[in-house]
Amino acid sequence: MSASVLEVRDLVKHYEVGGGLFGRGRKQLRAVDGVSFSIAPGETLGLVGESGCGKSTVGKAVLRLVEPTAGHIALEGEDITTLGAAAMLERRKKMQVIFQDPYSSLNPRMKAGEIVQEPLINFGIGTRAEQQERVAALFARVGLRPDQRANYPHEFSGGQRQRLGIARALALGPSVIIGDEPVSALDVSVQAQVINLMMDLQQELGLSYLFVAHDLGVVEHISHRVAVMYLGKIVEIAGRAALFESPRHPYTEALLAAVPVSHPRARRRRTVLRGDVPSPINPPSGCRFHTRCPIAIARCREEEPPLIHGATGHGVACHLRTPTG
Amino acid sequence: MAPDPVLLVEELRTEFASGDGPPLVAVNDLSFRVDRGETLCIVGESGCGKSLTALSVLRLLPRPYGRIGGGRVLLDGKDLAKVSEPEIRAVRGRSVSMIFQEPMTSLNPVLNIGRQIAETVMVHEGLPWQACIDRALAMLKQVRIPEPERRLHEYPHQLSGGMRQRVMIAMALACRPRVLLADEPTTALDVTIQAQILDLIRDLQTETGTAVVLITHDLGVVAEMADRVLVMYAGSKVEEGSAEEIFDAPAHPYTRGLMGAMPHLGEARGARLNEIPGVVPALNARPPGCAFAPRCSQATARCHAEAPPVRNLGSTHTAACWEVGEGAAA
Repeated sequence: MSASVLEVRDLVKHYEVGGGLFGRGRKQLRAVDGVSFSIAPGETLGLVGESGCGKSTVGKAVLRLVEPTAGHIALEGEDITTLGAAAMLERRKKMQVIFQDPYSSLNPRMKAGEIVQEPLINFGIGTRAEQQERVAALFARVGLRPDQRANYPHEFSGGQRQRLGIARALALGPSVIIGDEPVSALDVSVQAQVINLMMDLQQELGLSYLFVAHDLGVVEHISHRVAVMYLGKIVEIAGRAALFESPRHPYTEALLAAVPVSHPRARRRRTVLRGDVPSPINPPSGCRFHTRCPIAIARCREEEPPLIHGATGHGVACHLRTPTG
Repeated sequence: MAPDPVLLVEELRTEFASGDGPPLVAVNDLSFRVDRGETLCIVGESGCGKSLTALSVLRLLPRPYGRIGGGRVLLDGKDLAKVSEPEIRAVRGRSVSMIFQEPMTSLNPVLNIGRQIAETVMVHEGLPWQACIDRALAMLKQVRIPEPERRLHEYPHQLSGGMRQRVMIAMALACRPRVLLADEPTTALDVTIQAQILDLIRDLQTETGTAVVLITHDLGVVAEMADRVLVMYAGSKVEEGSAEEIFDAPAHPYTRGLMGAMPHLGEARGARLNEIPGVVPALNARPPGCAFAPRCSQATARCHAEAPPVRNLGSTHTAACWEVGEGAAA
């Protein structure tokens, strides 16, 4: 248990939507509906799924940027689910976040150096001179020039802004970083720079990452383990090799089959998943994937399959498929 | 040479007026052709001019600053860059159609789907309204929209992103265009929906013989769809060839860099991705020689000083680089 840096148990986040006066007809949007996972020191867990599957909400709930409806979150062995604001603030040093669009998460009126220094000031760490020194070191570490400390966010390119976001996240020496689609908005050549940087920093500092993304190529590249979400649930979780080479859940299979090929000669007629993701307001009964599943049977419509773990930690939530190993 | 091209673009130059200074050149002497039933993919990163190329073909450049500064856009022997405004309007949506990344912004939110498709047919073919509605229904069936009769009366906000893109495709193909310009048509979609839309475009192309110019930043989409590939960097064509040529033997350092930067399924973890250092130069700060030289590991003094020649690497494969093909230093 204490071997994990981050431990999430049965996390639930429901939102109330719609409804008229006095809340009649209000409905529950089940964004996250019972998600469990853990992340070891120095490990990257990739969290993938399509729009609306709840992957970003998991990230936000773990950070307690949104309050979980139920479940437990333990950071370095300590349950932080119900900590008050002041106590939580202290824990935030250990858990930082990088967002998809660094521009909207950087104060446009602050200079880059101040943005990175701000967390140090907020937590009263070191003297001014020490803080400046730390900022300079962070700039160098993420590949920004020292003179860029005097620039404003709009003077940076997208990739440089993401480097700035990473420098700020690193300022307090966290053990876990939640990345919410951190490279999705970047061009491929710049995306490669940021992915390499994140992997280097992990090696150097022993960071753990919860890497939320929709790009399966990127997730396979950066993750040690991968969890696949569908409509608020984890349907499969496994080491990257097991998940990408021998996926067990029909949804994981479909997701991988949909990824474009890397060479024209590899083109094939694939089984394309039909239809769209159903609404999380009224998720399908039984297994939530049964409406699009090519192998669903009657039982799948009625009974929800639990996430069953095999010997090697490969977990699958499907009545018809068992985990490998 | 191959059959007559449906669309032939010659030395297209797209520029933006900039105050008192010289105009900023966004697309520089770009030439390409696309044949009947063929898919040409134009690939490049943000700001390389790929979208402006498509907008130039239909003269949809942002006014008043954008303009075509030179070159020809030939469709059936007519130069679209020079025809009158009514003439180009008759081309848009009829002989050449376009679909965009975000269908929601291209659909009218207050008109139902059926009416929007039927209007296109009405404007271009002048058929009676009922015939236009019938065509709209047929198109919805053709793009495999479930329950097309019901969808005809629905509004854009009632459809999912994938459905909206199907509606856009239905509208674009309603008048059986000879060329379909698709600008990042699947970028906003989830991967399983992207697969559906790419399959749809491919199937419809086989059925109708429409030539497709597919603009994308995603080499995976290129690998799935392209017959031929044109790679752009900073407003210029840096490499062109058949899909096999480009993926088997990418020649330009930029193309090679892009291929190495993309994580592929099935690679080992920990292998470093290839980084292309630096960023794309701004429009007003393009270097004098090869635009890629400041980021290129093979750049020589000549690359920084002189624009590179276009070199033939095969019957259909060219690259604009001093360091490849015959006459290269290495």
